[in-house]
Amino acid sequence: MTAILEVDDLTVDFSRTTAVRGVSLRVEAGERVGIVGESGSGKSVTAQAVMRLLPPTATVGGRIRFAGQDVLGFDPARLAAWRGADIAMVFQDPMSSLNPLLRVGTQLTEGLRRHRGLGKAAARAEAVRLLRTVGIDDAERRLDDYPHAFSGGMRQRVCIAIAAACTPKLIIADEPTTALDVTVQAQVLDLLDELTERHDTATVLVSHDLGVISSFCDRIMVMYAGQVVEAGPTDDIVAAPAHPYTRALLDSIPRLDGDLPRRLPTVPGSPPFGNVPTGSCAFADRCPHAQDRCRTEAPTMAPVGPNTTAACHFPLTEGART
Amino acid sequence: MTAPPIAEAVPLAAPTGLRRALGSLRHDLPALISILVLVLLALAAIFAPLLASHPPLQTYQEGLAANGAPIGPGHGFPLGTDPNGRDVLARLLYGARVSLTIGILANGLATVFGVLVGLTAGYLGGWVETILMRLTDVVMSFPILLFCIALISVTGPSERNVVIVIALIYWTTLARIIRSQVLSLREREFVVAARTMGLSHWRIMRKHLFPHLVPTIIVYATLGVASSILIEASLSFLGVGVPVPTPSWGQMIEQGKEYFQIAPWLLFAPGVCLIVTVLAFNLAGDWLRDLLDPTAPERR
Repeated sequence: MTAILEVDDLTVDFSRTTAVRGVSLRVEAGERVGIVGESGSGKSVTAQAVMRLLPPTATVGGRIRFAGQDVLGFDPARLAAWRGADIAMVFQDPMSSLNPLLRVGTQLTEGLRRHRGLGKAAARAEAVRLLRTVGIDDAERRLDDYPHAFSGGMRQRVCIAIAAACTPKLIIADEPTTALDVTVQAQVLDLLDELTERHDTATVLVSHDLGVISSFCDRIMVMYAGQVVEAGPTDDIVAAPAHPYTRALLDSIPRLDGDLPRRLPTVPGSPPFGNVPTGSCAFADRCPHAQDRCRTEAPTMAPVGPNTTAACHFPLTEGART
Repeated sequence: MTAPPIAEAVPLAAPTGLRRALGSLRHDLPALISILVLVLLALAAIFAPLLASHPPLQTYQEGLAANGAPIGPGHGFPLGTDPNGRDVLARLLYGARVSLTIGILANGLATVFGVLVGLTAGYLGGWVETILMRLTDVVMSFPILLFCIALISVTGPSERNVVIVIALIYWTTLARIIRSQVLSLREREFVVAARTMGLSHWRIMRKHLFPHLVPTIIVYATLGVASSILIEASLSFLGVGVPVPTPSWGQMIEQGKEYFQIAPWLLFAPGVCLIVTVLAFNLAGDWLRDLLDPTAPERR
């Protein structure tokens, strides 16, 4: 398999805080990778760094390679040719990621015209086809509507259609279902699933919702305070989380089966902002299993299972294995 | 179906837009009057040859009293004559053409310039913004009239030069306003989304940002016409504006000022026209601003 995206030891520094500290990520062609974490864990910043969307005030370190090319070295012209054609993004809030003053058709066709060199008529025909693909009825007529005439779920479908328009190799979806209600969430994920399947498009799904991530992704990367704390295939991680943080995230997903807990478990405390302690585990203060070593030595990523790695001195899988 | 013209994408162009505009006019008497005045002015300027009873440049022997003084209103000259024996009404009507044309052209040019500078500076940022906005500061720091007089004394007075000089002065305010709007617009998610689709800067500015600026542009373009007309009048009054004998209101005031005591109509006629026009443009601009500003409270 060839890697579409290889991120190596990515760091993102803003003037006061370090948002991402040494994140590595590899996405194969057609693979779905989920990045999960709380607000402030650096998951969105990682996604933005890959898209080269960070403001000039951010200092980006490490390496980002897309199909073997050095993304951080792209000049503006190369960047504009790359975005939309090879990589595309779906945003959290479809209310604000579509321009309210432009017809949906215009927003759908502009990428097609730019990257695939289609003429007006051809681009429009393609836009009609795309809109049908994402399940919008009466596509021909709806192209001339403005975004406000669409519901939230339909708008996100339009956004997905825009992102998928030029059949990019990778789509980054940054919390694509967070602003939608639950019934629509599933539809949007199914749609993303279907579209990426068809063209073997790789997907990076960023979300705070481990439930959404685990239903969609082949592999999961759990981030905490700008670092990866656990990574591996979805099934392995959901079945046997090694890092206490992953465990805590899994526990806080409401379940329909089994005994109903009195209260939904939560992770006590809040993630560190700004100055993350470097000489200790960042999660130590909130970890129910923290021991002295956790406060004096930062753990590094190490194998905790056949396919999974975690950054924890005392992985929860240890007992199960021995 | 081709891409729609940009103006159509403005919220004002929604089906209810025109009705809302007319509805708000009913509650706003000053705005209603000023718009009627502007319409009348435009008609007067357009149909000046039909409305004037005399040609504006023709001097009449019978237009001067025996002692050579201009004659007052009546006697075949509805608003009297000027010291050269020319019909004041005819000059006023043709002057409206000159003043309105120069005001609108100059301000239109300034608007285009201001929008381009503000949009480019605000969107691109960095050194482009620094250069453009410092240039704006420099132009803003010039005393307006002095700058105009200096430029015109170099280029020579002509209608074309007056338009260009006013445009060169008047783009700055709009550039600043547009820039500040673009600064907040460019952080909006749909602009970021447009960037992730690899669209060119030019396309993002033209298609994604410009439609959001149209209400602001309409308002400031309307208000700006009033200032431009005043500047033109001032320049003509100072003798560096529209060259004689072409009539413009400022120039008519200049020529009439020495005869103020014996022929006050020479000042009053163009002066009143000037005041009414400027007032009408300002009131119409205020009305448009309230109409296009969704955050403005409903006026009763």
